[in-house]
Amino acid sequence: MSRPAWLPRLWPLLPSFVALLLTSLLLLAFGASPPLAFGAIWEGAFGNQDRLLTTVAFWIPLMLSSLGLLISFRAGLWNIGIEGQFILGAIGASWVALSLQLPAPLQISLQMLAAMAAGALWAGLAGVLKRWGVHEIFGGLALNNLAIILTNYLIAGPWQPPEGGSFRGTAPFHADALLPLVGATRFSVVALGLALLAFGLVVLALRNSAWGLRLKALGRNPRSALLLGVSSRRETLLAMAFCGALAGLGGAVRVLSWFDSLRQSISGGIGYLALMVVILAAFRLLWTPLVAFFFAAVLSGSVVLQLRTQLHSSLGNILTGVLVLLVLLFGNLDSLRAWWAEWRAGRRRS
Amino acid sequence: MDANWIAIAASVLLQSSPLIIAVCGETLSERAGVVNLSLDGSLLLSALAGFVAAYFSSSLLLGFLAAAGVGALMALIVAFGSLALRQSQVAVGFVLTLLGDSLSAFLGQNFTRLPGPWVQRLPIPLLKDIPVLGPIFFNQDLVVYFSLVLVAVTTWWIFHTRPGLELRSAGERPEAAFARGVAVRRLRYWYAVLGGALVGIAGAAYSLDVKIGWAEGHTRGLGWIALAIVIFGGWSPLRGALGVLLFVATRSVISVVLQRSLGESSVVILNALPWLLMLGVLVVVGGRFSEQVLSRLPAALQRPFRGLLRAAPPAALGAELKEG
Amino acid sequence: MRVELEKISKSFGPVQANRAISLAFEPGLIYGLLGENGAGKSTLMKILSGYQPADSGRILLDGAPQRFRSPLDALAAGVGMLYQDPLDLPPFTVLENYLLGRRGGLAIPRRRAAGELRELGARYGFEVHPHERIEDLSLGERQQLELLRLLSGGARLLILDEPTTGISAAQKELLFNSLRSLARDEGKTLILVSHKLDEVQELCNRAYVLRKGELAGEAELPCPNKRLVGLMFGQLPSRPARPRPEAGPPRLELRGAAVRSPRLRTQPTDLQVGAGEVLGLAGLEGSGQELLLRACAGLLPLAAGELYLSGVPQRRLDYLTARQLGVHYLAAGRLEEGLVSGMTLSEHMALVNPNGLFVDRAASKAQAAERIRQYQVVARPRSRVEELSGGNQQRFLFGLLPPDAQLILAEHPTRGLDLRSSDWIWGQLDERRKQGAAIVFLSAELDEILERSDRIAVFFAGRLSRVLPAGETSVDELGHLIGGGA
Repeated sequence: MSRPAWLPRLWPLLPSFVALLLTSLLLLAFGASPPLAFGAIWEGAFGNQDRLLTTVAFWIPLMLSSLGLLISFRAGLWNIGIEGQFILGAIGASWVALSLQLPAPLQISLQMLAAMAAGALWAGLAGVLKRWGVHEIFGGLALNNLAIILTNYLIAGPWQPPEGGSFRGTAPFHADALLPLVGATRFSVVALGLALLAFGLVVLALRNSAWGLRLKALGRNPRSALLLGVSSRRETLLAMAFCGALAGLGGAVRVLSWFDSLRQSISGGIGYLALMVVILAAFRLLWTPLVAFFFAAVLSGSVVLQLRTQLHSSLGNILTGVLVLLVLLFGNLDSLRAWWAEWRAGRRRS
Repeated sequence: MDANWIAIAASVLLQSSPLIIAVCGETLSERAGVVNLSLDGSLLLSALAGFVAAYFSSSLLLGFLAAAGVGALMALIVAFGSLALRQSQVAVGFVLTLLGDSLSAFLGQNFTRLPGPWVQRLPIPLLKDIPVLGPIFFNQDLVVYFSLVLVAVTTWWIFHTRPGLELRSAGERPEAAFARGVAVRRLRYWYAVLGGALVGIAGAAYSLDVKIGWAEGHTRGLGWIALAIVIFGGWSPLRGALGVLLFVATRSVISVVLQRSLGESSVVILNALPWLLMLGVLVVVGGRFSEQVLSRLPAALQRPFRGLLRAAPPAALGAELKEG
Repeated sequence: MRVELEKISKSFGPVQANRAISLAFEPGLIYGLLGENGAGKSTLMKILSGYQPADSGRILLDGAPQRFRSPLDALAAGVGMLYQDPLDLPPFTVLENYLLGRRGGLAIPRRRAAGELRELGARYGFEVHPHERIEDLSLGERQQLELLRLLSGGARLLILDEPTTGISAAQKELLFNSLRSLARDEGKTLILVSHKLDEVQELCNRAYVLRKGELAGEAELPCPNKRLVGLMFGQLPSRPARPRPEAGPPRLELRGAAVRSPRLRTQPTDLQVGAGEVLGLAGLEGSGQELLLRACAGLLPLAAGELYLSGVPQRRLDYLTARQLGVHYLAAGRLEEGLVSGMTLSEHMALVNPNGLFVDRAASKAQAAERIRQYQVVARPRSRVEELSGGNQQRFLFGLLPPDAQLILAEHPTRGLDLRSSDWIWGQLDERRKQGAAIVFLSAELDEILERSDRIAVFFAGRLSRVLPAGETSVDELGHLIGGGA
């Protein structure tokens, strides 16, 4: 049976549409009109130039984390610990911001480097734990929670603002520590430049470098990879550290542009969101930025939705979650056909 | 024994009961070869479902049933995604975890901190008067009794019955199980769904008994702890339950000690403790470290101690199913 | 029971594994089913035993047509199959493994069932320990248990797939005696699937030969081997005698080396292999030769003793270091341990010959094309390795060995390959040997070890029991030695 070549490519739109439908039902159940709600999200994301730039500002750290995950997934690693690596990046940048006062370019570069080092360190820890037999999912998860606890400790303790315990964040960093922003938005050109640079770097690493090929071999078959001369210990640690560094950079961008101080929920789940992005993009390089941008639009638009409808802000997460779930389950036409054939054969046999 | 310590022991048992139920459920599912990684989201969503159903119907039974239904549905999605559609169990489970978390936050927004029904204490006559053991084990509520009976029943079921043999064979070597007439796919569906229902009951046990009521993120993190304890328990309900008790007891004892000595600043340590314990425990059962310790023992002792310390997962855990 | 297969056909995608095969089996006789790898023997027997359905054709038992939906169905009708790798459950006890799939009450009646099982074993001359774990048993013992399970399940037709691979000579003798008595005294029908002509000649009354999915012919046994070989291959392969040269300077030396796994600890071993020499490791599966071979490549740590590569002592050798010293390991499972599914031939070339920081696609494609030509691989540089047949995968794997390999360690270098491919592989190894590489290999095929080695190291129960020149022994003696004989 022949079928047009575009069908498998466009097929995932069907489950996406169903996801939209299900979310609409949920909205109706809570007395909100779906067109109004989606309109509010659209307006919140793209309504005017400032909002568009805000969406881009949200996209940048998400994008950096997703790029990192492309590397770790290529090596076959489930780096759930990315959330913690993101947070550690924010902590690393904050540490430099709170303890040094240098000319802005030097200060910001140092902060970025510290953030990348901290993220890489936290990721490396998960890598070392994996060598000790702790699966990276569990190691990463524990490290995520420890990162949150560390943040709270720093805010409530050593980095408490001098005016006293607000428990919500440190004092704002001095002006030279913060990324220069465009107008009244949270958008920073420097951050965008870094994200694009990182994208180029990851494309180069995965498509053209010998390292990318080693990661691919390791991810697909670690035992064969070893016999072909790939060091699993080295490449696992490197892939984790690379991913952690990018996530850490994302954390730095978040703390130095979106916020101006280290806050209690500095990440707000961006690391987990990045995992969803990469799963939805099916680990494909060119899709990742687009999917990440879509997620950023939905989540940054949800703020307006919340203001208008008083509904809980997790609606954006639900929309993206249902979308990822349905596309993951039903987005692959070949596996659907195989299932259908199997099911019919099973009925015939019994 | 100090009355204070008896009270602590009784409370440890109560605090442990939902985790024990969840660990038994997940153990059944993993023994059949299905990793239900959605545990954390399932617990949250079923805790909410249990609370809401009981709140409106004023029936605890309906609350637990609703929660079991939600847990079973989550597990069914994982099983369907992996057994029928051949997707990664880890990916589906992870996505469901996050979705369950956000759904519970959204759906539960109007139920936060409402007073709701809860499970009453049900002392068992005569038995409750046994010194020390009585107040710890027999002056509890139905959830605790259920969790204890569940451990005994699942342990017996897995290791001492014919259906238990079939269950284990499906997780160890599905092609051999198939050759003996075990309907591996159907069996995996059933145990995944049963395990999910138990996880749901565990969720309701939080919102209706151990941590009464609902708030956003009510049980967040506990699902992951349960998943880690299944590994620590070597896929045995009995060992898993002991792991839960050890975990909860350690936390209680340390919190008592810390409150006596340190006061306020001990919150950080207390919060970090579960995760440090989780890492420590997984390192111990994880291989490298325990192998090094084991290799120093005399040869005759190595085997029993290896059995005690280490446990191999079911060989076909999470693997794709090929039939016929 | 009289068993008839009528025009059985089965294809997997484009490959026609069975083409309208019709066979008949009479009760009380032992049949040999012969054919080289890929001739369709296993597919046909899996269909007969209910493990997979045929595309078309019928199975008749005593004249009645049957439709099997599962192996259990087939066993209920009296057809049981013993697989080469027994379909049992390694972590189960013998008793649990026996009970799985048998009907009965909810709880397991351990004591009663154990008694039953012991009795059953005694009836067929096998010793059974119900509470041992399957994973602690030898392959031969596991086969015996499967046989008992099938017999107690009511099997009247028994299919045995390569039952003598990897079991000791004594166990083989025991097995053959019980098979003979099953046919003679109990009137069972037996089918022995094998490619070992001697065994088929020794045991069977009649042989069917398959070639390329079709029935090539049948023969009353015994008959001249030449006739069977002719049916199997269409023409007789000829192998020239190989000159056995003097060994050069030592490439590999073990002094008191011991390896430990959770299940076995090998005795201290001394061994030396020189440049240009081929050493064959003989032994039953799990006798320690596999562990030692892996340790020589740094894939397992030495628990004691010393390892020298080209005269240089190596402490805590790991495989990546060993590779740099010219040591290369070829594992048995090509797609499990060797090649990476999903990667193309070119990508494999780029992986083993990294050329700076970035991949030079044109260069790796050219290299792949060159290996394809030189090693006669049926593939293109952009083919993925899993698209290749087993023989082509093995050829390509050899193509990945660098020309300056000093020491080649190979597990079952020709397992699953047909005779022509095997000859070709050994031709390649011979070339390497002439260029000064030392070769150490292990194999379950005693013929292969005898024919290809210069010296043979025999392992039994974790101990290197004997090293002997290949020219001074025979299959019989070797079989005796690996079974623990002195």
